[in-house]
Amino acid sequence: MATETEYVPEADRVMAVALGPQHPGAGHFRIRLWLDGDYLVRAEPDPGYVHRGEEKMGEYRNYIQNVPHLERPVILDSSNILFPYALAVDELMNNKVPQRGEYLRVIMSEMNRIISHMYYIGIYGIFVGHTTMITWAMGDRDFWIDLAERIGGARVTFAYIIPGGVRNDMPQNLTERALKTCDWFEKRIDEYENIFAKNPILLERTEGVGVLSREDAIRLGATGTVLRASGVKHDLRRDEPYSAYDDFDFEIPVLNSGDSWARLYVAILEMRESVKIIRQAFKSIPPGPVRLKLGPQPRVPAGEVYARTEAARGEMSYHLISDGSPRPYRLKIGTPSFKNMRVLPHLLRNVHVADIPVIYWSLNYWPVEADR
Amino acid sequence: MSQVQKGQPAPTQSPQRPPQAPPSQPKPEPVRAKELASRITSSFPEARVDYMREKRLKVTVPPSRLKEVAVMARDQLGFDHVSVVSGVDWIAKNEFEIIYFVGSVSRPGLEDFVLALAERVPRDDPVAPSLIDVWTGVDYHERETQEMFGINFQGNPAKGHFLLPEDWNDIPPLRKDYVSPGR
Repeated sequence: MATETEYVPEADRVMAVALGPQHPGAGHFRIRLWLDGDYLVRAEPDPGYVHRGEEKMGEYRNYIQNVPHLERPVILDSSNILFPYALAVDELMNNKVPQRGEYLRVIMSEMNRIISHMYYIGIYGIFVGHTTMITWAMGDRDFWIDLAERIGGARVTFAYIIPGGVRNDMPQNLTERALKTCDWFEKRIDEYENIFAKNPILLERTEGVGVLSREDAIRLGATGTVLRASGVKHDLRRDEPYSAYDDFDFEIPVLNSGDSWARLYVAILEMRESVKIIRQAFKSIPPGPVRLKLGPQPRVPAGEVYARTEAARGEMSYHLISDGSPRPYRLKIGTPSFKNMRVLPHLLRNVHVADIPVIYWSLNYWPVEADR
Repeated sequence: MSQVQKGQPAPTQSPQRPPQAPPSQPKPEPVRAKELASRITSSFPEARVDYMREKRLKVTVPPSRLKEVAVMARDQLGFDHVSVVSGVDWIAKNEFEIIYFVGSVSRPGLEDFVLALAERVPRDDPVAPSLIDVWTGVDYHERETQEMFGINFQGNPAKGHFLLPEDWNDIPPLRKDYVSPGR
């Protein structure tokens, strides 16, 4: 680790404490803390409690068998973790995915973004002691899960975005219900802004807490909402329009303050843009097939690709090497939580103990996604 | 309340919140992979250039020159962070390949560009220079590659296990000669 986290303890004043891995808030993740009374002098993340070797497993299974297990690291964002994998295999096989398939990929990906952000907002409420935030967010999240279930057939792990397109078409007459959900949810976001984001108690707890400057965000390789809350306008949906994202009109919300509040508010603003995309996609989805017929064991030519997309937490990427055999030679998964973990020891310095949960959860860190 | 000084009360005044980020600038000229490749090869003739596709440039350099190429990529070309570090075990050639996927979020025109900086080290003596002095955010990525492939990154202060269990006593698991239990 860099010198900035080095700390020379003053004699025996400093006490080492472990937060997690059994802590209900930390998830399957441990943060080692060095405390001087109520002040945190240094913290070090200790991941790996839910490492299950997804990359090694990928080398034992063929390209289609890999689909359901690759979405396991982040089940509440399961479409978005499969999206770059599908793009990578498509690129290797030179697949031309039908336009309706691309639209359904975008719809599912944006729904998953909302589902994931709602979870984030809900748990954020627990961490700051705002019970309404968890009950509302979890309740409203279910309407999106219901809608996604109509398309993907499951509640969290859809295995929907696959190489060559999507697994199945959406049911008939879903558009009306989806547009209704969009209209209702946009009004709901207004309430979220007023009741949560502009709540004086929440502002008191999060404003100015864990400030990540623009320079540090770039230097430490932050991504996703963490990066955009620090004033960097970077979103692969706009900067490197993949799939059908070029067809839609949406904004990239950016905030400059870089504190825990900004990271929450950026997520709320992003949901509004996701609703815009979903509405446009449902209104203009073209007819036709939704996938190519690939068969259970597609032939993937030898080659090397690097595909990336903007998942709910940030840049999700796959480095895929094929040697022409039925299984990948190498499958490297780059997840946004692993990148944002580097920010954690940087922010967890010189803060009160009570601010640790707020800073930790504001990074939208998902231990299983980081460990893979 | 970050950066609270010991013994001082927390600041009561909440910081002023600037409304939104500055408006986006007009779209700059797209960076072409060929131009970037020629800039790198003119300074480093030993670099081998592959195109994974447009906007995905792979440059393979000897480990001894990697740091210089990285400094050039950062200072002259504008790549500001490392997205992923990937290792590949080419067991038939008795080599490890280490690939740094480098991107930019701050240089206009480079946002959709990925530079893959690659090096190959012998499998019997896997020692590679760390790029932690060039890009600070690379340390956990290198640390992961270190324990998954057993590659020693010189200059990275990482010790002990990161993602693997503390009592792991087998060979590094992403090497091709490691066989998962039950296979």
